[in-house]
Amino acid sequence: MAEYLTQYADPRLANVIAALVHCGLLLAVAVGAAAFFNWLERKVSARTQDRLGPTRVGGRFGWLQSLADGIKLLAKEDVIPAGADSPLFRLAPYVSFSAAFCAYIALPFADGWVARHLNVAVLFILAVAGLEVFGVILAGYASGSKWSLFGAMREAAQVVSYKIPLALCVVVPVMIAGTMDLVAIGNMQRGWLTNWFLFHDPFTFVTFLVFLTCVVAGVNRSSFDLAEAESELAAGFLSEYSGFRWALFFMAERASMVAVSGLAAILFLGGWNGPLPVATWLHLVPESGLLAGWLGNLLGAGNFLFKCLVGVVFMMWLRWTLPRLRIDQVMTTCLKYCVPLAAAMLLGAMLWTYALPGGLLPGGRPIGEVPEGSAAVAASERGGR
Amino acid sequence: MSFERIDPDLVELDVGMDEILINVGPQHPGTHGVLRVLLRTDGELVLGAEPYIGYLHRCKEKIGENLTARQFIPYTDRLDYLAGMNMNLGWALVVEKLLGLEVPEKAKHLRVLMCELGRIASHLVAAAAMGLDLGSVTPFMYCFRERERIVDLFEAACGSRLTYNYITVGGVMADLPAGWLERCEAFCNEFEQVIPELHAVLTGNAIFIGRTAAIGVLSPETAIDFGCTGPVLRASGVDWDLRRDGEPIYTRLYDGYEFRVIAETEGTYPGAKRHPPVPQAAVVGDSWHRFYVRMLETVESLGLVRQAMARYRDSESPCGEPVKLTQKLPKGEAYLETEAPKGQMGFMVVGNGTAVPWRVRIRSSSFSNLSVLSELCRGGLVADVTAVIGSLDIVLGEVDR
Repeated sequence: MAEYLTQYADPRLANVIAALVHCGLLLAVAVGAAAFFNWLERKVSARTQDRLGPTRVGGRFGWLQSLADGIKLLAKEDVIPAGADSPLFRLAPYVSFSAAFCAYIALPFADGWVARHLNVAVLFILAVAGLEVFGVILAGYASGSKWSLFGAMREAAQVVSYKIPLALCVVVPVMIAGTMDLVAIGNMQRGWLTNWFLFHDPFTFVTFLVFLTCVVAGVNRSSFDLAEAESELAAGFLSEYSGFRWALFFMAERASMVAVSGLAAILFLGGWNGPLPVATWLHLVPESGLLAGWLGNLLGAGNFLFKCLVGVVFMMWLRWTLPRLRIDQVMTTCLKYCVPLAAAMLLGAMLWTYALPGGLLPGGRPIGEVPEGSAAVAASERGGR
Repeated sequence: MSFERIDPDLVELDVGMDEILINVGPQHPGTHGVLRVLLRTDGELVLGAEPYIGYLHRCKEKIGENLTARQFIPYTDRLDYLAGMNMNLGWALVVEKLLGLEVPEKAKHLRVLMCELGRIASHLVAAAAMGLDLGSVTPFMYCFRERERIVDLFEAACGSRLTYNYITVGGVMADLPAGWLERCEAFCNEFEQVIPELHAVLTGNAIFIGRTAAIGVLSPETAIDFGCTGPVLRASGVDWDLRRDGEPIYTRLYDGYEFRVIAETEGTYPGAKRHPPVPQAAVVGDSWHRFYVRMLETVESLGLVRQAMARYRDSESPCGEPVKLTQKLPKGEAYLETEAPKGQMGFMVVGNGTAVPWRVRIRSSSFSNLSVLSELCRGGLVADVTAVIGSLDIVLGEVDR
């Protein structure tokens, strides 16, 4: 968009306007996702528990319940405990939300539909999403309550520990693709279902499962939500937060859930490519014209959002079915199970791509073929290093 | 100058540099009521735990000195408010023991019917709350859905969902309404289908087992020393149930009923073939066993309910007549313990010739069960405290009276 606007204005102004528009759109996505998934969580949890969920606000399905909740949270009294460290207490929700939101900057929704097309998108997302734990630690410390401190310490240990197997798992599709560029990774999986990295080799399949575990632990969901364990810590690090500050933490959690589901979708599940190459059949590709390309991308974005939805519903399903793990069990799972498993899968995938180039099924890309736009191509163009 | 005698076992004394004193409660979602547990922890490791009670004390025993025997029945409802019928029975029986009264056959069967339904209802709450404490919210809804059916039956019988005032001195307040037995039968049939669901989501769940197996292990000697009774005692391997081993005035109620006492013998539980097996990690006397005993007892109670319904249908006598409101109590005292869902509830009444007792004393099962908390929590993690409290299944109405 910035390039398009430079035709009409000063390049710096064009960049600023483009950035603002992107932020606006992404904020709409993040906040809209938070509101939508709030409603969805209540419905999913209700149906799991043999009841109905919201049925009154906004029609038979309670569509406007999230809006009502949002208005209620905004209208609440802003209470800061007397023993709390006021500046840090106020800062913490914004740190968490900013970190969760920044991950969207490099996350592509379709081919080319990304706020910033980064060569190192995977690294960027992992790095920025890891900053969310700062907000949690700040909140736990600044609340001035021992229970909050407990929750924050547990969270710090858990999230930081799970970044290790997460990084190991992420290396596998990056290695198969040969690039960290998420747009390129998504494009490589174009075509049939079998092109998806999930089906590239059995090691990648297992890596996906380990990735899911690490990601659920990393966003403090389902069985790994002991930082905010309601029945043990009375909401843990969140206990002193109410009203809009709580809403920010809540939105941060939802936003990061969607972001990591999106990351999983692109790295393993084909991103914006459907199981069947419908866009190619309907000639909705950029070669056919600008509008056709745009429609193809729209279809792709729909695919992508559907995969995010599936990921989020899976996390909700886990939360309402399974009990909670204890902190030592969480750390055991990470250090004794996830890390060795991820390392073994990495080794296996590496050997597989060496021995069987092109993956499990015919028609795959042989190793060494680097697609356009990747970091390796740019490096080779620069000087062959 | 301080006149307090400092108890050297107090958790608050000599707190080390890297230890924290932290309060679980009294307002806390995981303590089953207004209970305060003071923990002394080194990070996540609990070095000492001390329960502080009395937040729900309502002077029941003193109130009993101002009311007649029948007037006290609604107050017993509010002791273990999740099993009001059993509390009513305890008090009614002890007054009948003092008066030397015997109720007719039909009233006996009705009492067993109501008490066993109350036992199922109480154990459902225990299972639900334990799941909730460990983070599993869905079984809570499933258990309460079943409990709603029981509570609807109680409402049809006596008009109230929680505080029944039904089993009274001399019998029961009223006979069952028409169609009640059919509804109860339907409930029994439906409930049998739900039990495997609960096993799948709790008893056999790997995470649940990981959270409760070998946690809070209570040896039989410690259990007896601290006065623990009920499922807590039986899960430690002690084969003791007042419905079989108690005083004749109580065991007479269960004459002719076939039921198994759920206590572990030689590594197995009686009648456990249809239920998930005991996992490898579980140790006799841990939280998982306490939970399992309650699940099996629920199935036994279901069998007792069916038998009671059949015997109620067959019996002809009237269902008892409550004694006069101003019935005079003879001089003397009587004490009786009954097998309530949470343990042995004891009631004592001292009469002095007037309608109002001289002294009422309530021996609470949850009080003794709770006293063992400090032993069980020591050496565990903070997260285990809620698991242990959940497995002890206490209700503060009973603890504080």
